[in-house]
Amino acid sequence: MTTLTKNKISELILNQAPSFNSFPQLREKGRTITLGNGLPASKDEEYKFTSISKKLEQTLDNFSLSKKTVLDLNLIQSHLFEGFDGDLLVFNNGNYEKSLSSVNQTGIEVSSLNDSMPVSLGTIAKTEKDPFISLNNIYFEDGIFIKVKKNHKIDKPVFFLFFNKANQGQVISPRILIEVEENAEVSFLENTISLDESPYLCNVVTEIKVGQNAHVHYNRHQSENRNSIVVNNFETDIHRDATFTSVVISLSGDMVRNNLTLNLLDSGCEGNMYGLYLLNGKTHVDNHTNVDHTKPHSESNELYKGILADNSRGVFNGKIFVRQDAQKTNAFQQNNNILLSDDATVNTKPQLEIWADDVKCSHGCTTGQLDEEALFYLRARGLSKDQAKGMLLFAFAGEVLEHVSDESFKKYLTDIVQERLGSNF
Amino acid sequence: MLVIKNLHASIDGAPILRGINLEVKAGEVHAIMGPNGSGKSTLASVLAGREEYEVTEGEVLFKGKDLLALAPEERAREGVFLAFQYPVEIPGVSTTNFLRTAVNQVREYRGLNPLDAVKFLSVMKEKMKLVEIDQKLMSRSLNEGFSGGEKKRNEIFQMAMLEPTLSILDETDSGLDIDALRIVSNGVNQLKSSETATIVVTHYQRLLDYIVPDFVHVLFNGRIVKSGTKDLALDLEEKGYDWIKEEVKAASV
Ligand SMILES: Nc1ncnc2c1ncn2[C@@H]1O[C@H](COP(=O)(O)OP(=O)(O)OP(=O)(O)O)[C@@H](O)[C@H]1O
Ligand SMILES: [Mg+2]
Repeated sequence: MTTLTKNKISELILNQAPSFNSFPQLREKGRTITLGNGLPASKDEEYKFTSISKKLEQTLDNFSLSKKTVLDLNLIQSHLFEGFDGDLLVFNNGNYEKSLSSVNQTGIEVSSLNDSMPVSLGTIAKTEKDPFISLNNIYFEDGIFIKVKKNHKIDKPVFFLFFNKANQGQVISPRILIEVEENAEVSFLENTISLDESPYLCNVVTEIKVGQNAHVHYNRHQSENRNSIVVNNFETDIHRDATFTSVVISLSGDMVRNNLTLNLLDSGCEGNMYGLYLLNGKTHVDNHTNVDHTKPHSESNELYKGILADNSRGVFNGKIFVRQDAQKTNAFQQNNNILLSDDATVNTKPQLEIWADDVKCSHGCTTGQLDEEALFYLRARGLSKDQAKGMLLFAFAGEVLEHVSDESFKKYLTDIVQERLGSNF
Repeated sequence: MLVIKNLHASIDGAPILRGINLEVKAGEVHAIMGPNGSGKSTLASVLAGREEYEVTEGEVLFKGKDLLALAPEERAREGVFLAFQYPVEIPGVSTTNFLRTAVNQVREYRGLNPLDAVKFLSVMKEKMKLVEIDQKLMSRSLNEGFSGGEKKRNEIFQMAMLEPTLSILDETDSGLDIDALRIVSNGVNQLKSSETATIVVTHYQRLLDYIVPDFVHVLFNGRIVKSGTKDLALDLEEKGYDWIKEEVKAASV
């Protein structure tokens, strides 16, 4: 096996990465940075607990871009959740499949990146911010550009449905750009289906501009196969009086790294981040979040919760940045974990950098076991041990699930979580 | 109904119960009194099946079955109910949902059909009246933010819902004002029958004015050192425990 040192990864990119003519400046920048810095080494502070280069090295042997696989309507139909009613965007190994998608609501425009060539691509998730953004810059073939028009309230959700399966290459590189214009409102749902159990790297970059007084909700379900390595760079620019809420439910995968960044660019912004991770086996999920308060009177709320069994590992790193200008900021952060096994671990770290003096900021983290007293209380009333455990864990998880914005999607996720928390964790 | 023979129990190796003998028959009310730390809650917990306590000697038969061999939930389904001295708060678990699950578990075990949502609610309404518990509490998380009195009422309400054959009330009267005490006692009295039995753990005679015991026992240092009729409770109210401690001392020399 190769060692992904700085030089080796450069070699791999030179040898195996694709080469595309579109977006030449982005590609070039990605290439330069990746060649210069490589992928994160274990010394890298940002990736201290998540040895992703090592994981890639151990798991993958073909760093070519995965080709499209075969999808048909029946398959897609079988992966829609019950009660789904909205616009559907289907992705085939990271490529937008227009013919299998359906977008009918007015106020929303969807095009492929190569067709629309938006100049703002890469201006929110800047290339140098994370090694995997650079890598995505090189690898993405085409992607999607969504525009939600000014003053439109999009009633039904927009559902991203990703199908992944390594095919003559183990890198999948979706790229998404969303612009929600002034006063618009929209709710996105996301689900990723692994079509088989073979390993791959899915390296997503999503950029969202939330325009003035716009309201956006993004609900993501991560449940890829147990050999998958997933990196998700998700960055939003939130403009004046706008609200953005992210909900991320992570249930499986080999190694998952989520970088979620909310830039509160003006006054009156509200950014909410909710996360739930239920981990078993050797699953490793790392949530790095970052909220940047730049102007007065903005608010952020964050709640991440984890339940960890077996040898799983959870990492939570929550950065709150309050700039000098950002007086009257309210920022709340909470990370709570329940360990169901002695071999499960959690590394949790709040990172507060506060340069303004008149702010309300609170954070806290807990890691513990299931409350034995409560367990006994429920059993003493006739509930079986599994039922009692399930009820307590579900109560814990429910606080995050309640923030999922679409009722049918919430039900779908709730059922999955409930099933997991029953006897079958 | 309940036969406790020479029961010894310890926690983390420290013996707490040191040979309890007690027989409770259907239709009876037994009061257990005794100074703080004497082992009353421990006895109640051991009967309910709390796993931290290790039974080192003795046996407990409930309706002829080996109670100690059963898991806590099996005991509950068999008809043992413990009203906790300190009911735990369980955020996120709705009282109604939890109770419905509990009631249906117990019913299933007893060979009864589960109650559907409508029927369950009507039973609930009826039992709520019994202990005059506020409807608002039912939609909140279990015991979360309940006052001391509300928690105790909620215990008796759950007891009413689960229809146990043996109820163990661990200081259900502590912290209740006179009105609440009367309401709770009324509830308990109405649930009493010739088929059920009640053990009340208390420090106060005033409860026993409402729930009149057939027998009163004094627990001290992990043993029942004195038993008598309801008059014993009156004596204790008047004279405290010192004379009993003296008796115990004298007997052990
Ligand atoms: N979990 C525990 N760990 C260690 N010691 C314990 C534990 N539980 C009870 N004990 C000890 O056992 C003894 C009996 O306690 P128990 O709670 O049964 O007393 P009690 O008679 O109910 O008292 P009270 O009237 O104050 O409620 C006490 O000395 C107590 O400190
Ligand atoms: Mg006690």
